[in-house]
Amino acid sequence: MHHVVLDEWSRRDSPVHRAEARMKIVGALVFLICVATTPRIEAPTFLGYVLLALAGIGLAGLPLLPLAARAAVVLPFSGVFAAMTALAGDTERAAAVVVKSYVSALAVLLLVATTPLPRLLRAAERLGAPRMVILIVQFLYRYLFVISEQAQHMRLAARCRGELGYERPAGWRIRFRGAAGALAVLFGRSYERASAIHQAMLARGFDGRIRSLGVPARGLRRWWLPAAASMAAVAIRLAGRMEFPWPL
Amino acid sequence: MHIPDGFLTTPLWLSLDVVSVPVVGWFGRRAQAGTDESKAPLLGLMGAFVFAAQMINFPVGPGTSGHLLGAALLAFTLGPAAAVVVMTAVLALQALIFQDGGLLALGANVFNMAVCGVLAGYLPYRYWGAGRLRRAAVFAGGALSVFVAASLAIVELLLSGIRIPGAILGASMAVFAVSAVIEGVITVAVLEALERINPSWVERRPAEARPAMGLLALASVLLVTVGVLFASAAPDGLEKLAEEVGISGRARALIETPLADYEATFISGSWAAQAAAGLAGLLLAAALGWALARMIGRRRRA
Amino acid sequence: MAALIEVRNLRFRYPDGTEALAGVDFRLEEGETVALFGPNGSGKTTFVLHLVGLLQGEGEVRVCGLPVEKEHLKTIRSRAGIVFQDADVQLFMPTVLEDVAFGPLNLGLPEAEAKRRAERALEQVNMAGAIHKAPYHLSAGEKRRVALAGVLAMEPEILILDEPTTFLDPPGRRVLLSLLQELPQAKLLVTHDAEFALALARRAVFFDKGRIVREGSVAEVVREQGWTAAAKLEPLSGAQSGA
Repeated sequence: MHHVVLDEWSRRDSPVHRAEARMKIVGALVFLICVATTPRIEAPTFLGYVLLALAGIGLAGLPLLPLAARAAVVLPFSGVFAAMTALAGDTERAAAVVVKSYVSALAVLLLVATTPLPRLLRAAERLGAPRMVILIVQFLYRYLFVISEQAQHMRLAARCRGELGYERPAGWRIRFRGAAGALAVLFGRSYERASAIHQAMLARGFDGRIRSLGVPARGLRRWWLPAAASMAAVAIRLAGRMEFPWPL
Repeated sequence: MHIPDGFLTTPLWLSLDVVSVPVVGWFGRRAQAGTDESKAPLLGLMGAFVFAAQMINFPVGPGTSGHLLGAALLAFTLGPAAAVVVMTAVLALQALIFQDGGLLALGANVFNMAVCGVLAGYLPYRYWGAGRLRRAAVFAGGALSVFVAASLAIVELLLSGIRIPGAILGASMAVFAVSAVIEGVITVAVLEALERINPSWVERRPAEARPAMGLLALASVLLVTVGVLFASAAPDGLEKLAEEVGISGRARALIETPLADYEATFISGSWAAQAAAGLAGLLLAAALGWALARMIGRRRRA
Repeated sequence: MAALIEVRNLRFRYPDGTEALAGVDFRLEEGETVALFGPNGSGKTTFVLHLVGLLQGEGEVRVCGLPVEKEHLKTIRSRAGIVFQDADVQLFMPTVLEDVAFGPLNLGLPEAEAKRRAERALEQVNMAGAIHKAPYHLSAGEKRRVALAGVLAMEPEILILDEPTTFLDPPGRRVLLSLLQELPQAKLLVTHDAEFALALARRAVFFDKGRIVREGSVAEVVREQGWTAAAKLEPLSGAQSGA
């Protein structure tokens, strides 16, 4: 599954991995805001952003091509709207849409690929994200693979029954009802698993508040990397307002 | 329907981010009882279910297949407040792990799908979920959740200056309509299958004494959605205004304003009027959702 | 002498009316290890859930001298810990260390102490190296041991294990067995695995249709029930020639 690769990447070691999680989130947001608010598509500016992102990827010791390919999932969506916008005459906007969406995806990917999700969530909570959402994402992520695997098994079983092994494969109506039934069963299993988890929590003294170990305090050194990256992004952004000799 | 980063103009993504956080926080507190966090595992598991469910193929005709989005289904089983928070969690994870939707644009996507989609989907069920029209209500809920969410996304794109020619816009709306129907059909099928296994999983609706209220709410939602859509896309009116002024130029003028210092220019100009109109439409939809949520709350306590 | 667990005439009906427990009497003394046998649906797991108040029936249930009632639940759950059959359900926190620390934190211990207890418990089960791993990276046997650590970290007097050998391969079973043999707590073993029970427990009870129908040494219970319920227990190698 997709997130297995990302999970593996996030558990590696590098200066970027070791950087403080909240600072990384802030740094990523600063970068994204700089990109989003950049008015003109000027080659130097966006080259600057791309180089900054590449520097981050390199420093993190992550494989460039697979990561770049993952970020490319935004391109079909962007491409379609860019095409329409370009055909309507606004080529600059079209280019903006494609470039901005890709560079932004790269930045988010870098953030998630250098920070294990539980730590990312904890940092988000400390930055003010609603606690309930954070808790739900935590449990969701924990059991995502389990439930998805169950779903895949059901799909396989249903296909074996409906499509293969018969003289005439089952019609779409039957398969539709099969899929609906499978989803209902999956719902039930998820619901029951949640009850079992709740029971297991109660058995170990759960009283309504989910407690977990805090994060150890990190030294100042771990702040400088995202801070430097943020400043670089802002510098690139502001530099774009000055006159450059290069034409578009 | 997940909007990536780099599409929306700054005032739009910023205001939707600012709006979404307290709204989702409010629903989050409603989904749990006080400070009791016992529901977190259940909601997390249901989020995993939605993720997995979105991957399952539903053959909806000889050659076509569809997928479930799940916002309405969640609302009918877990209740609207929990559904909002679960869908938010799903969208957040999709943005982070799968780059499906941007991070700055998360507020917009949450607003469209997790808030408006859920509430619009819950609306028919709340008023007609009991009684003979139940099946139709469930279908309408599923359809409405997809239709409203998709329309809002298109509106936001149009307001941001993304050019969508009339013909393609029409085609897109047709595709949304089909997706809406598919969602409705799948939601009905799954909900009925659920009820056969264990009726307690599905929320029981008490008989509604004032269906007129429901009709009013339904009409309002449809009017606002379609109205804002047309307003954003109409060749006359707003767009013409924008064309006259030169939307690219104006949009550029606005977003050129750096965050560090302020300039007076962005306040003047007809760009502001257009943006205001668009935002007003969106806020109206939000206010409607809010009012709906309050009605749900009052019902619960009654 | 007060027993660790005292149960008198425990009865329980499910909401749909089915009778799960029809009057159970039971005692567990300090340091004892007792095996609970019986076919599926006979009430073994239901019985065990009553001991920590996850289910509430009629009759008397006392753990460490305290009646199993709302006001005593927190204490009882720190004295008697259950390792559930499905370890995946028990390891719900993002990392191993956080999960094992969950219990101590709920007891109100400060973070540093909770962390220390968790690390110590993980060392006891030989899983100290997995501290920062995510649960889905572990094998079935490893998950089982981490779940056990999660219970041990609360320093209970009673360990209740529900089908602990499920999904374990023979090496995993052996590792678990030697681990359990070294733990001093009193143990309740719900199991189908007669060999495992024989190696750990001295006394056994046999559940059938919500009642305890036979009590005695493990070998006796297994052998006797083996006559009347032919395939319900896993065959004991060399049972015919054994005691």
